[in-house]
This record gives sequence, C-alpha cells and structure tokens, in this order.
Amino acid sequence: MSATTSPAGSIPGATKDMRVARALGSRRHRINTLIKVACIAATALGLLLLASILFTLLWRGVAGLSLSVFTNSTKSPGSNGGLLNAIVGSLIQTALGTVIGTPIGLMVGTYLAEYGRGSLLANAVRFVSDVLLSAPSILIGLFIYQLLVEPFGGFSGIAGCLALAVIVIPIVVRTTEDMLGLIPSTLREAVIGLGAPKWKMIVLICYRAAKEGIATGILLAVARIAGETAPLLFTSLGNLNWSVSLGQPMASLPVTIYQYAGSAFDDWVQLAWVGALLITFGVLAINISARVLLRRTK
Amino acid sequence: MQQAVALPATGPAKPKTHLGDTIFEFLARASGVLVLLLLGSLILSLFIGGLPAFRAFGAGFLFSAKWDPVHQIFGAGVSVYGTLLTSILALLLATPVAFGIAFFLTELAPSWLRRPIGTAVELLAAVPSIIYGMWGFFVIVPIMSQYVEPPLIDLFDGIPVLQDMFSGPPFGTGIFTAALILAVMVIPFIAATMRDVFETVPPVFKESAYGVGCTTWEVMRSIVLPHTRVSVVGGIMLGLGRALGETMAVTFVIGNANRISPSLFASGNTIASLVALEFPESPTGSLKLASLLALGFILFVISFIVLAISRTLLRPKLKA
Repeated sequence: MSATTSPAGSIPGATKDMRVARALGSRRHRINTLIKVACIAATALGLLLLASILFTLLWRGVAGLSLSVFTNSTKSPGSNGGLLNAIVGSLIQTALGTVIGTPIGLMVGTYLAEYGRGSLLANAVRFVSDVLLSAPSILIGLFIYQLLVEPFGGFSGIAGCLALAVIVIPIVVRTTEDMLGLIPSTLREAVIGLGAPKWKMIVLICYRAAKEGIATGILLAVARIAGETAPLLFTSLGNLNWSVSLGQPMASLPVTIYQYAGSAFDDWVQLAWVGALLITFGVLAINISARVLLRRTK
Repeated sequence: MQQAVALPATGPAKPKTHLGDTIFEFLARASGVLVLLLLGSLILSLFIGGLPAFRAFGAGFLFSAKWDPVHQIFGAGVSVYGTLLTSILALLLATPVAFGIAFFLTELAPSWLRRPIGTAVELLAAVPSIIYGMWGFFVIVPIMSQYVEPPLIDLFDGIPVLQDMFSGPPFGTGIFTAALILAVMVIPFIAATMRDVFETVPPVFKESAYGVGCTTWEVMRSIVLPHTRVSVVGGIMLGLGRALGETMAVTFVIGNANRISPSLFASGNTIASLVALEFPESPTGSLKLASLLALGFILFVISFIVLAISRTLLRPKLKA
C-alpha cells in the first residue's frame, strides 16, 4: 500500500488526474442524461401513438354513432345501413371460437404442466404451441380454407369459428401452463396424500387455485380473436345480409371494416370508423379487465 | 408424483379412480398431440396446395419477379423482397424506441409510474391490426405525403445512392410507410419482452455497479445488456416474426404494386398483403390460387425459422 502513496514530486500529476477525472465524470453524466432524455422521449412517443389511435377513433367514430348502427344490418350505400349483422356475426364467431379452442388449450396446458414435465413429447408440444402463438394469422386462414372451405364447397361461419379456435389454443396453453406452474407442489402432495386420484387433484384443486390466471388467458384470447381479420377473409368471408347460419358465409366487424374503409362511399367509410371504434374499445376493455383479474391474484 | 399415487395401495385398490386418471391423462396427451398435428397439417396443406405452382415454375418461383395473371405466370420475388424489406426496416425503426421504453420502465421510471405506462404499452399491442391499417391510411399516409416525404426527397437529392432510395412521387403510401406502421405495431412486443428480461438481472449485480459509481446508463450498458443480450436478440426476433406475417395494416398502406423499385417511397407488396388482395379473384383449382398457397408456404417457412430462433434464445431466460 505504501507504494501507492505518492511521493511529493508527483503531486502536480495527481491534480491533473483530478481534472481529467472530473472532465471524464461530467462527460459520463452528460451521456447518461442524454440517454435518459432519449428514453423518456421514446416512452412519450409510445404513449403518443396510443393516444393518437384512440383519439382518431373517437373523433371519427363517435360522429357516426347512432341507434341505427345497432338495429340495421349492412345495406347498400345511402340507405341508412347499420352494423347489426356484423356485430352479431363477430359475437357468434368469437364466442364459438373461444368455446371450441379453450378446452383443447386447457388440456394441452394441463398436459405440459402436470404430466409431461421434461418429456420429449411435451417439449415438442411446447415448442409447436409457441410457434403457433406468433404464427401469421393469415396462414391459419389459408389452412382452414384448404381443410374445410374448399372440400365442403363454400365459405361458412363454422370455418371462421374454427380458424379463430386455432388462434385461441396456444394463448390458453401458455397461460394455463404458466399458472399451473405457479402452484406449489406441496399443495399437490397434500391432495394426493389424502388419497385423491390425480385427475381430481388437477380439476378440483389445481384449476381452482389457478382459476383467475386461466380466466385471464381466456380473456386475452377473446380480445385477440375479436379483432382478427385476415383468417376470416378465407373462411367466413363476410356477408352483407343478415345471416346467423353457421353453414353460410357470416359477417364480422373486422371484415366489414376492411370492406367499408376502402370503399368510395362516405357513409360506408363512416360506418367503418364506428365499427373500428366499437371493436377497439371492446378489445381494450376485455384486455384491461383481464389485467385487473390477474393483478387481484398476485 | 408416481410415488404419491402408489402410497394409497395399502387399502384396496380403486379401479374407478384409475380409470378416471387414465381417461384424463389420455385426453391431456391427445390434446398435446392434436397441437402437433395442427401445425403439421398446416404446413402440409399449404405445401400440397402450393404444389401445382412449385411444379409449374420450379425453384425459380421463389425469385421470379413476374406476377402476370393474364398469362398465368406467377413468381414470389417481389412479395418476398417486400416482406423482408418492410420487416427489417420496421425492426431498425422499432428496436431503439422499444429499448428506450424498456430502459425507462425498468430503471428510470418511479415505481408508481411503471405499471400504468407498462399497461399502456401493452394495450398498444392489443389494438387489432385492422385498426392500425385504418389509422395508418387516414392519419399517417397524409402526414407522410405532405410533411415527411417531400423534405426527405429534397434532402437526399443529388447524393448517389440515397437519392434513389428516397425518390419518386410522395403519395404517402409505399414500403417506407408500411415499415413505419409495422414498427409501431412491433414496438410493444419488443419493449415488453426486453422489460421482462431486464427484470431477470439479479439486483445484486446492479447494486454493485452502482456502488462503484456507475451511472444508470453504464449499469445498463455494462451489466444489464451483457447479462441479457441473448434474450434481447430473441425479443427482437419475436418482433420480426410478428412483422413478417402482418396482413391488414400493411395491405392498407403499402400501395400494392408488383414491382421492385429502389425507392423506399414506391409502392410494393408483401406476401401477406398479396395473398389477402388477390385471394378473392382466385377461383378454386386455378394456378393463381396454388401460387398464393405456395406464397403462404414460403411465408410459413420464413416465420417458422425466425420464431424458432427467437424461442430458442428467449426460453431459457424467461422460463426458469
């Protein structure tokens, strides 16, 4: 240590180092401040974009909001059409898609969390499910088209439901597996120790313990498929008339928005904005309630 | 688990519970296999559907820039080029912003602000893509054509390569605008992933760095980023996977023209936008429909590779 205590001759050098150090320090802090400001700006930009989207939707959408939107079906331009068939079609397809996809996703998630830990099949299933989660939804539409629409002679509401169900599955798988994974294994051991069979342990105890988390996953899946457009273009196609038959082409809000937004008629474009307003605020409301639900469990 | 199941065997064995277990486990396993079959048949159906196109045009299909429905000549060149170009441009634009948001959320923001801003960013990811398309078409395109593209064209005029990249009539639609909208759409995905992986850094590491006098940025650059760089790349790849297959938003703003132009302001198309637009005019059994399905197959292969890489990089970090 004594070697580092500087001899008298090097004192000027030490003060020089101090100056250098101070300059270096202020440079480091300048860079730090600069980057902090840039990060705050990036966050502000993100919030600004969200605000811009919501404001645009409110500004253009509210103007066209009226009772006839909810009571009339889509009609030819200039005849006071509404969005009733599209809203009902969207509700039917979203609900059926969720009802079909959720049990499958739930069982897959259960398999991954309770049965297949570490097994080769489980790893493969987990990998494939993760890929499906981010796979382009338009391809799922093309797949269902090849599978159901072409062989069975025509676009149909049920094909749309199934395309949406395929999107639901990996979302539910992910949250179910994650939530079941959070349950302490002591709880499982206690149930098994009482002599309960494994399936009762899973259904009566694990599902119950994870129910908020699983419900969050289902809600997120609903929010996701409610706004999906691309897969429906190839499956349920859209329908300008009132129809709730699953065997016929079925209207949906996103597809109607797509058809109307690019049209040359002002009242159709206006209806597209109303539809966009409805779907966005619906989706965001579901999303926020899913988050509230999850927060309550944590 | 198996040991636990074996324990009650001291009493009389209960075949009924065994049956329940067998059925339940079978159902769970069968659902898992179903997911594998789903992906398998998805690939297979796109490949079989696209087979006539691959047969007719061979490997040249992937590179040919011709899309001529009148003469029944189709090629994937332009749309593959458009898909890759818009997605990569979008990532270049989105990554710095997403990093900034993640950095802000993990290190800079006061704790009461983290949750609301984090939620707002995640809501940005929840907005349906068709809404991004409308917003892009009615809000961003006019801004681009009036305030952004003309100055950029003037700015780069006379500079050899850049003047070609930023040239042409400023319609507002085109490759660049599509990339911009895609960037907005993938920012929340990348930012949320980055935030999650930044939070996996043990606080002790950061505290030690702060303890020796590091600034916040130095902690990020020398401690957090080296510790998480593999997952950060994974998060960016996840964004790329999303951008590649995005359909509705791109269809609205890319201008939809089947040619390759050096200018970023020129119209183009992507695989997804071409499929969405041309599908209604492709009768069952036609070579055009086969070509669209072949395009879908190519898109699937590209995004599968990207997503597989992303997952391999991300999984170890986020899944303990």
